[in-house]
Amino acid sequence: MTICENNVAKIEIICKEFNYDKGELINVLHKTQTTFGYLPEEVQQIVAQNLNTSLAHVYGVVSFYSFFTMTPKGKFPINICTGTACYVRGAEKVLNEFKTLLKIKVGETTKDDKFSLSNLRCVGACGLAPVVLVGEKVYGRVTLDGVQKILDDYNES
Amino acid sequence: MSIKYRKNLLICSGSSCHDASNFDLMDFINVKLKEYGLDDDIQVVQSVCFNKCSIGPNMIVYPDNVEYSTITKSDIDDIIIEHLLNGRIVERLVYNDVNIISGTHKKQYRIALRNCGFIDPEAIEDYIEKDGYDALAKCLTTFTPEEVTQQIIKSGLRGRGGGGFPTGVKWDITSKSVAEQKYVVCNADEGDPGAFMDRSILEGDPHSVIEAMAICGYCIGANKGIVYIRAEYPLAIKRLKIALDQAKEYGLLGSQIFGTDFNFTIDIKYGAGAFVCGEETALIHSMEGLRGEPTLKPPFPSVSGYLKYPTNVNNVETFANIPAIINKGADWFASIGTEKSKGTKVFALAGKINNVGLIEVPMGTTLREVIYDIGGGIVDGKKFKAVQTGGPSGGCLTEKDLDLPIDFDSLTAAGSMMGSGGMIVMDEDDCMVAMAKFYLEFTVEESCGKCVPCRIGNKRLHEMLTKLCDGYGTPEDLDLLRNLSVVVKDTSLCGLGQTSPNPILSTMANFYDEYHAHVVDHKCPSGQCTSFLKYYIDEENCIGCLVCARNCPVNAIFGEKKKLHIINHEICIKCGICMERCKFDAIYIK
Ligand SMILES: Cc1cc2nc3c(=O)[nH]c(=O)nc-3n(C[C@H](O)[C@H](O)[C@H](O)COP(=O)(O)O)c2cc1C
Ligand code: FES
Repeated sequence: MTICENNVAKIEIICKEFNYDKGELINVLHKTQTTFGYLPEEVQQIVAQNLNTSLAHVYGVVSFYSFFTMTPKGKFPINICTGTACYVRGAEKVLNEFKTLLKIKVGETTKDDKFSLSNLRCVGACGLAPVVLVGEKVYGRVTLDGVQKILDDYNES
Repeated sequence: MSIKYRKNLLICSGSSCHDASNFDLMDFINVKLKEYGLDDDIQVVQSVCFNKCSIGPNMIVYPDNVEYSTITKSDIDDIIIEHLLNGRIVERLVYNDVNIISGTHKKQYRIALRNCGFIDPEAIEDYIEKDGYDALAKCLTTFTPEEVTQQIIKSGLRGRGGGGFPTGVKWDITSKSVAEQKYVVCNADEGDPGAFMDRSILEGDPHSVIEAMAICGYCIGANKGIVYIRAEYPLAIKRLKIALDQAKEYGLLGSQIFGTDFNFTIDIKYGAGAFVCGEETALIHSMEGLRGEPTLKPPFPSVSGYLKYPTNVNNVETFANIPAIINKGADWFASIGTEKSKGTKVFALAGKINNVGLIEVPMGTTLREVIYDIGGGIVDGKKFKAVQTGGPSGGCLTEKDLDLPIDFDSLTAAGSMMGSGGMIVMDEDDCMVAMAKFYLEFTVEESCGKCVPCRIGNKRLHEMLTKLCDGYGTPEDLDLLRNLSVVVKDTSLCGLGQTSPNPILSTMANFYDEYHAHVVDHKCPSGQCTSFLKYYIDEENCIGCLVCARNCPVNAIFGEKKKLHIINHEICIKCGICMERCKFDAIYIK
């Protein structure tokens, strides 16, 4: 991704909001990721410049936290909860079913950029285990047959 | 809640219920009430977690105290016409397992969750009506900081974030550190997968945490507070922000609170998905905008913490207890619980248990009471096998521990730990070796990589467990596994590595026969580790529908329509999909 001036300005506004304070790096990155969807090297570079710190520092933080991603997600990011409660209630099988149906691995995006697959640990809806998130929408008590139905919801649109 | 209205409908708006209803229940009910012309008469109040997460969405009608569960859109009309207009309870929606309901309420005792579910978390008036901010007023106007700290010491409150360190003592130490600036930090990182106590408190009663942080600030001499919260908890963040704004508006945060010269403000900092950031030194680094790597203690945060200033870190639930202690007295709090663990503990019950959700019980309650009386026993009437407490740092407790009174010290003595309050129940179908593997996978992913024992040791432990589960383990591996576990425990830098082998050691201590079976008999007794099994097709039941063959991801099933199918074991990867898909019970494992 090459960055147009417009986007450079956007990043600068975010940094300004946090007073160009490098102690606020994580908050800056949260906001930047919300804007761009992901944090490619070019974006990190501009953040580093604005906060007057090194790219290595920014990259160190981005790569440390699982919430930050350097690759773009699909239009409908699918997150499977693999927290303990979900694991005990069969999250692994649900994850495998997604992998089989989408023909991608965890961390990958389908060729048409429609779906991406990742797992996360406990969204705090353990009562509904196993839990699957598509974007912000939460699906609870997902069964193997339910997986295709979830995908159908998005394939139509 | 207001007495102005004839009836109040309390809608659980905790994440579980919110997610379970595919529509916005509150809005929908409001529209309906208007349709029936009841909107002046009846108020809809959002409130949090009734501990019935598995049967949500839930609603309580006050003052009748009738609880409705698993409500759908089409039920709303019935509730309005029958109950609200005609006063007849809609029996079919009442969760009528008498045994479970009464059990749920009898053995529980709510201190930290005292307001959750009973007030609207987005209305400060509701909190104030329940004596909210009285404790802060009392502290600021009638007690010295030392007197308040002494009360907390006397109450015997211990940290609920896992360590169990006496809270009053921590405050006392931080208050004695001399510096021009000090901080109060609330640890809302809640990293234990399968636990959601802190989230529910922040979603259901955020003001209790805010009030307690201000009290803590008064005691230790800090005028700044920070809540470090997981970014994964959007609803909790939203409610916390609303609560902070309201508290500011009411002058309960800011300068010259209650007309005294005490000033206090609270900011929010966000986590970004790293378990180790729950550890207090890592958390502080994360707040400073750095990688969340822990550092050696001492110096403790109470001496040198955020930006090198003395910092008092406490857990959400710890804070939630504070106003109650001030209001009702240290003696009252100390009268609840066991000799060394006072008060109550909130647990997140999950796994193979009938009533999933949050419970709060006095310290000293037995596991049996929690699992059978409150939790309603094991799903599908299966046999109880173990319960994991303390998350990835803890261990499992078994049948023999069922009558153990739960407190900090008894759990540690039994080879597990209190942790932050996750309780995952397992039944006869769960393989304990696979469970240990699951936790180690978690630790490997979450290890920050700073120290060698944790970074490499845990990886090796995980590989060994994978080897066992895949059927290639040897008896020598078991000794190696145990030895390496002890080394990782003894030599890691922070609490993460120092506790990560616990799931292995405790399952080995309690279920050695399962480990033995994996390496000697080449069997997985619970049948969970599929590599030991082979799938077969039953000649009698198979009707030749081809469903299994079509669904097999590796095309290992052969056969023609209406003829018996056969599985090629050379190709089969034992994923079990054919068995899930077969409608005729024609696939079995042996
Ligand atoms: C690996 C690790 C993870 C931790 N995670 C949490 C957590 O998620 N929440 C929490 O309150 N404390 C957590 N702690 C404990 C904190 O370090 C600290 O002891 C606690 O926040 C102090 O508050 P308390 O005295 O009120 O319990 C964790 C500790 C370790 C070693
Ligand atoms: S473990 Fe999946 S929501 Fe908690």
